[in-house]
Amino acid sequence: MNRRVFMRAGAMSLVTMGLNPAFLRRAAFARPAATAPRGKVLICLFQRGAADALNIVVPHGAPEYYRLRPGIAIPPPAANGAIDLDGFFGLHPSLAPLKPLWDRGLLAPVHAVGSPSSTRSHFDAQDYMETGTPDRKGTPDGWLNRCLAVRGTCAECARPTPFEAVALTPVTPRILEGPAPSVAMGSLDEFTVRATGSDVQRLEALYRTGSADLIHGTGAETFDAVRMLKSANPQQYQPANGASYPGSPFGRSLRQIAQLIKADVGLEIAFADVGGWDTHVQQGGVTGQLANRLADFAQAVAALVTDLGDRMGDVVIVTMSEFGRMAAQNGTGGTDHGHAGALFVIGGPVVGRKVHGRWPGLAREQLYEGRDLALTTDFRTVFSELLVRHLGVSDLRTIFPDFDPGHARLGLLGA
Amino acid sequence: MRILAAAALALFSASAVAPRRAAAPATREQTADQQIRHALNRLTFGPRPGDYEAVRAIGLDAWIDRQLHPERIDDRAADDFIRSHFPATQFSPAQAIAAFPIVTQAALAARSDTAAVPAVRRRGRELVGQLAAERVTRAEITERQLNEVMTDFWLNHFNVFAGKGPLERYFLGDYENTVIRPRALGRFRDLLGAVAKSPAMLFYLDNWESVRDSTRPALDDGTGAARRRAALDRILVGRDSMRRAIARRRPTGLNENYGRELLELHTLGVEGGYTQADVINAARALTGWSIDRPRVDARFVFRPAMHDAGGKTVLGHALAAGRGIGDGEELLDILARDPHTARFIATQLVRRFVSDSAPVALVDRAAATFRRTDGDIREVVRTIVTSDEFFSRAAYRAKVKAPFELVVSALRAVGAEPDTTPRTAQVVARLGAPIYGHQAPNGYPETGDAWINTGAILNRINFGLALAGGRLPGARTGAWPGAVMLAAAPHDSQVDGVIHAFLGGEASPDTRRILLAGINPLAGTSDSMPAVQPRGALARLVGLALGAPEFQRR
Repeated sequence: MNRRVFMRAGAMSLVTMGLNPAFLRRAAFARPAATAPRGKVLICLFQRGAADALNIVVPHGAPEYYRLRPGIAIPPPAANGAIDLDGFFGLHPSLAPLKPLWDRGLLAPVHAVGSPSSTRSHFDAQDYMETGTPDRKGTPDGWLNRCLAVRGTCAECARPTPFEAVALTPVTPRILEGPAPSVAMGSLDEFTVRATGSDVQRLEALYRTGSADLIHGTGAETFDAVRMLKSANPQQYQPANGASYPGSPFGRSLRQIAQLIKADVGLEIAFADVGGWDTHVQQGGVTGQLANRLADFAQAVAALVTDLGDRMGDVVIVTMSEFGRMAAQNGTGGTDHGHAGALFVIGGPVVGRKVHGRWPGLAREQLYEGRDLALTTDFRTVFSELLVRHLGVSDLRTIFPDFDPGHARLGLLGA
Repeated sequence: MRILAAAALALFSASAVAPRRAAAPATREQTADQQIRHALNRLTFGPRPGDYEAVRAIGLDAWIDRQLHPERIDDRAADDFIRSHFPATQFSPAQAIAAFPIVTQAALAARSDTAAVPAVRRRGRELVGQLAAERVTRAEITERQLNEVMTDFWLNHFNVFAGKGPLERYFLGDYENTVIRPRALGRFRDLLGAVAKSPAMLFYLDNWESVRDSTRPALDDGTGAARRRAALDRILVGRDSMRRAIARRRPTGLNENYGRELLELHTLGVEGGYTQADVINAARALTGWSIDRPRVDARFVFRPAMHDAGGKTVLGHALAAGRGIGDGEELLDILARDPHTARFIATQLVRRFVSDSAPVALVDRAAATFRRTDGDIREVVRTIVTSDEFFSRAAYRAKVKAPFELVVSALRAVGAEPDTTPRTAQVVARLGAPIYGHQAPNGYPETGDAWINTGAILNRINFGLALAGGRLPGARTGAWPGAVMLAAAPHDSQVDGVIHAFLGGEASPDTRRILLAGINPLAGTSDSMPAVQPRGALARLVGLALGAPEFQRR
């Protein structure tokens, strides 16, 4: 079934139920028409704390890797360590749930990618990755929010929707901060009016009567949105295809993103984050601290992909972390703050079964400042490709100001 | 008659402080009743039960003058309450570091007693929790309301972020209590200087690590490069292993962060007529303004070895070569006296107190007061809050409450017992404005459109319902004095009492009709609400009022 038709039908059924959402009415005249194709979803997952790229996408073919990390390196595939991908790189064994995605061509790791800023401060680096403006503090909005603003709103399909951009976080994350509307919620069941029946109706009446100002207008939309989500019945949700999400907060977040996508509420941009990657001490190898983190991470992502099934044809997931970690292990069985890292791009449109990005090598003279994995791909190159090729953004100038990807295209997404 | 007298007094006092008046409405357009409610909504965090009558008794203009002089208001009760319930907020950086050991992921992971880690984490969060809770509670109970409104204004203007690195949180109590609050109605230059030397700002915007470029002359030229380098190394590295573990880096040059935000956000404003060269030279002037022993007692220090002693030009002023801390001091003098600064600060204050559109004529007069009084914040605020624009019909209830304002105004409206837990502060965060939780240096937005979106309205409604339903600590509708009076009153009296107390007595006919619509406004619904107790019904009315569109404005 054509997805856009499906969505329009979904909205029509809302109208025939007598709801006539305010944002549909306003859509006819108040918002700019856009040219971007709709129905595509971009899911951004932030690993906060600087994930250790070299033990996640393991360069088991590089002898230097084992010399730099005698205590924590992931053994080569031959020694039952890394899960081999292409003879040089392998996945951490805890990422086994992602291996079927690689085999199906849905998984594209990108290595030696990150922010060109030399900062090793979590705070600054996360800020730069979310604002999309490395080394520039004071950028007021996040790049996903600027993306929303540039795309405008779809005039011909069942939009605008309050759920165009949703963060499964208690507070709007920096990446979505800005003037374009988005919704942040710790969980879907929070998105309801906590009152008994007639009080809800009276509150709704208070917002529907009276002046046609900002508060009343948005308030009316709020009640539409609550009803819209309720009709999607998130309480009754059953994951499809036997998908099994871990019970962790991250697993719950991804499960709810799947719910929103399948509820056809018009979700196009989703965000969730997961902490615990700042592994300075005793991070472990095949097992241990980082292995446990990765297991939860991989199970949640794999469950999301399984759950979405064929809809992954319209979905791209991208992971990110503020920087990588030192090439060498430190004195306490962990790794200190580094420079370039790795990320995953996952989805139907992805050119998978390939580790993207130029590998800079781990010899001492190849390391950044003699200690960290060097950067060969600016994170904005990756995000730009996803915005252009997947979300149909044609003008990146306000989204990533002062950034010219030049010829650095990675070819992450197929035609 | 009272209206006439108030208007005459307003004209008199306004002309006394602002002799060169631009074109403006000739009188206060609001009724005497509205003026009192308006002033209570703007100069305080919202009226408590009885405030309206109290202001009327002493006279509005006398009350405004009193609020402009917080030093004349006895606030010992609030101070005592804060000291006994939020002791950590009064700690110096040294005390805070001693009481709340610095918690890093690395330190936690290194502990052998893993069972104790959650407790350590909780302890780590407790300091920021107390700081945030204290802000809410002080705003609720202080008698120096205008000073607290201004404290909120300046903490936002000079924003810092608790999550910046592992240390920022230890500097926040000092920042709020010794830097900002005592100067909230003082002189701008004094405030600017105190902020520039505060560990909180030095750490947040990295100036403590900003070092002259190696090509620039150092102050002690002639003593030998090696010795300078060694001195710098002693200062900058190896003080403790924790610092090395957190960031294996060493300041390698000029850091422009503070220099840029000082010009763009703190003084001149983004349209302030400065160039990138001015930003760099401002940052050069401030090299060496640093923090001594940041993990022990964190005191301001000027480090000559880090200072760029070359000559520089900032905003057309030449700063001679070979000087030390005087470079930064003169820079702050220049910035504080620049007319762009007067205009920028005036605009921000008018936007906070009057309306998002900031009427130009009033900004002109407020900026003139700023220049004439050499940045006397008290007089600038006086110009604004006694102006005809302030008391215009257009300004009445024109501002959307920010989350902090919404929460505190609701607590005050119901006369809530102050919350001694972090719960209410967490509600402020849930509404989108975590206290000390804004990451970027620009602070939270001042305009209403930033706060009103689908998710935000839902959270606001739910906050009102939770408060009225007794689901927040300290806030019991039953404790609201009106509840006692209205408990046995007929329903329409209850509705009018609630409208009077929470909606300024001026609900639209629609709002009144909806609130009046019986216990069950929609006939035939299954929600029958059987046999509610009168007080329960009243609490529900309060919940509706706090969630209503009218209560979102001030």
